[in-house]
Parts: sequence; structure tokens; C-alpha cells
Amino acid sequence: MYRIAVMGDRDSIYGFAALGLEVFPIFDREEAVRQLHSLTQREYAVIYITEALAAQLPEELERLAERKLPAIIPIPGVLGNTGMGMLNVKRSVEKAVGSDIIFNDGK
Amino acid sequence: MAGTQVNPTRMELTRLKKKLTTATRGHKLLKDKRDELMRQFLDRVRENRRLREEVEAGILAANKNFLLARAGTQDPVMNTALLAPKQRVSLECGVENVMSVEVPKFTFKTRTPNRHDIFSYGFAFTSGDLDGAVQSLQDIFPQMLKLAECEKACQLMAAEIEKTRRRVNALEHVVIPELQENIRYITMKLDENERSTQIRLMKVKDMMLQEAHGYETF
Repeated sequence: MYRIAVMGDRDSIYGFAALGLEVFPIFDREEAVRQLHSLTQREYAVIYITEALAAQLPEELERLAERKLPAIIPIPGVLGNTGMGMLNVKRSVEKAVGSDIIFNDGK
Repeated sequence: MAGTQVNPTRMELTRLKKKLTTATRGHKLLKDKRDELMRQFLDRVRENRRLREEVEAGILAANKNFLLARAGTQDPVMNTALLAPKQRVSLECGVENVMSVEVPKFTFKTRTPNRHDIFSYGFAFTSGDLDGAVQSLQDIFPQMLKLAECEKACQLMAAEIEKTRRRVNALEHVVIPELQENIRYITMKLDENERSTQIRLMKVKDMMLQEAHGYETF
């Protein structure tokens, strides 16, 4: 039985608590690294993380991308969409195909 | 020759020929695997993009609603309202095998039978905006879960495609040409040896004939 975590600044994530997801408000980078580490040790299958926070932890996320679980998914925070989530999708296309053939439709 | 020393023997030749057959077959199989993976990956990545657009729009809308709700409610009231969640989501994680890439498949379960049972507060002291905000987040949640599944699958498949592509290229451009080159070299060498043996025998025969019968040779 797996669980779902949401990490990020408090304002962006507290709504998810009502849905029954577990929220972990994070204030700085060190705490984020520690929390992420402890979450990946436990039974969390999906970790939603705000884009702003995800931008601060590129190498940690890179490392976890190779693993089957957990899936770490950037979501836009309260400060708006930084386009980082889309960029990740774009990057995986580039990795697989060699060049981006999905997103280059003039956007 | 790629700098390696090969023994020009028949045994080595047979071995290399066997290796070449295996390599060629492996190359073909890997190429097929890569093509099929790529096809499925592209489908999934399109789906991923669609889901992400949907989820990002949904979360943006929900955030706006929350902002409104917060503006209309005092912070302590808000905090108390969301302090003790009523609902709890747990995940069942299956595995789907896509061309030998194992991707996770999630199904979620909620603690209370009705998954819309999300309001962890009485409606008396909070504004209606909060209800709307929580509801809008709830509506987008199934999509978020699908996004998680899809995005993870894309990441894993991208890694696998990259690996497979490198293998295909290594076989196609390094291993197979090298084997062919080595086989050619051994065949040449063996032919050359055979010719030289032949000539030596002819020469010896001539010499013996001359000795025995005094035949003139050229």
C-alpha cells in the first residue's frame, strides 16, 4: 500500500491536505533534501513537488528519475507556472529521440 | 584491423562467423525493440503533454480559488478547517510491462467509501469559496494521478530507448564491421597459406624429378 506526498511552500500545497494527500511544507533547500530523502526511503509512490522547489533540487531529482518508484512530478505552485514541468517532458523526448519532435510546433 | 591481433586459424574463423550471426540477429532484434519502444513512447508523450496542460490549468484555477478563500477567511479559521483531513488516499501500485520496461500503474483508494467526502470542516464558519477551492482540487486529482503515471512511464521509457539506441549503434557501427573485417582477414590469410603450400609442393616435385631423371626445368 503506497502513499502520496506533496512537497512545497505551504501556501501552494495546503489544499491538497483536504484531498487526503500528505503535505510536507518546506522552507529551505536543506530541509527539502532531507525530507525528499526520507520520503523516498518510505512507501511513497508519488511525490508532487512545486516547480519552484524542484528547480532547487535538480541533481536529486535526476538521480531519482532512474528509479521505478517514486514518481516525482513537478506541479505549478501558487506563484504560477514556470514551465518547468513541460520542460521535463520536452527533455525526455530529446533524450529518447535525439531531438525534440513533439513541442516544436511554433509554441 | 582495429589493432587487435586475431589468430588466422580455421577455428577462429568458425568462432567469428558464429559471433557475426549472433551480432546480426541481436542487431535486428534490438532495432525492432527500439522502433516499437519509440512508437509507444511517442503516443505516451503526447498523452503526457495533454495531461500536463490539463493539470497545470486545473491547479492554477484551484490556486486562484484558494486565494479567494483565504482572502475571505481569517488564517486561524482556515488552518483549523484544513487541520485534520477527513479523507486519506492510498495507492495500489501495479506494474505494466511495455517492451520489457516496467512502468508503474496506479489505482487509488480513499479511506471513506465516497471519494467526494473531502470537506474536513463544518460549513458554518468558513466561506463558500473554500468549498469551491477544495472541490476544484478534488476534480483535478484523478488527472494528476494519471499524469504521475504517464510522466514516470515516459521518463523510464526515454532512458530505455536511449540505452537501446546506443546498443544498436554500437552493434551496427563497431561490432559488426569489426567482425566482418576480421573474418575477411582470416580468409585472406588462409588462402594465402594454401597457395604458398601449393607452390612449395610444386617446387619440391620439380626438384625431385630433376634429381631422379635429369628433367630440365625452366
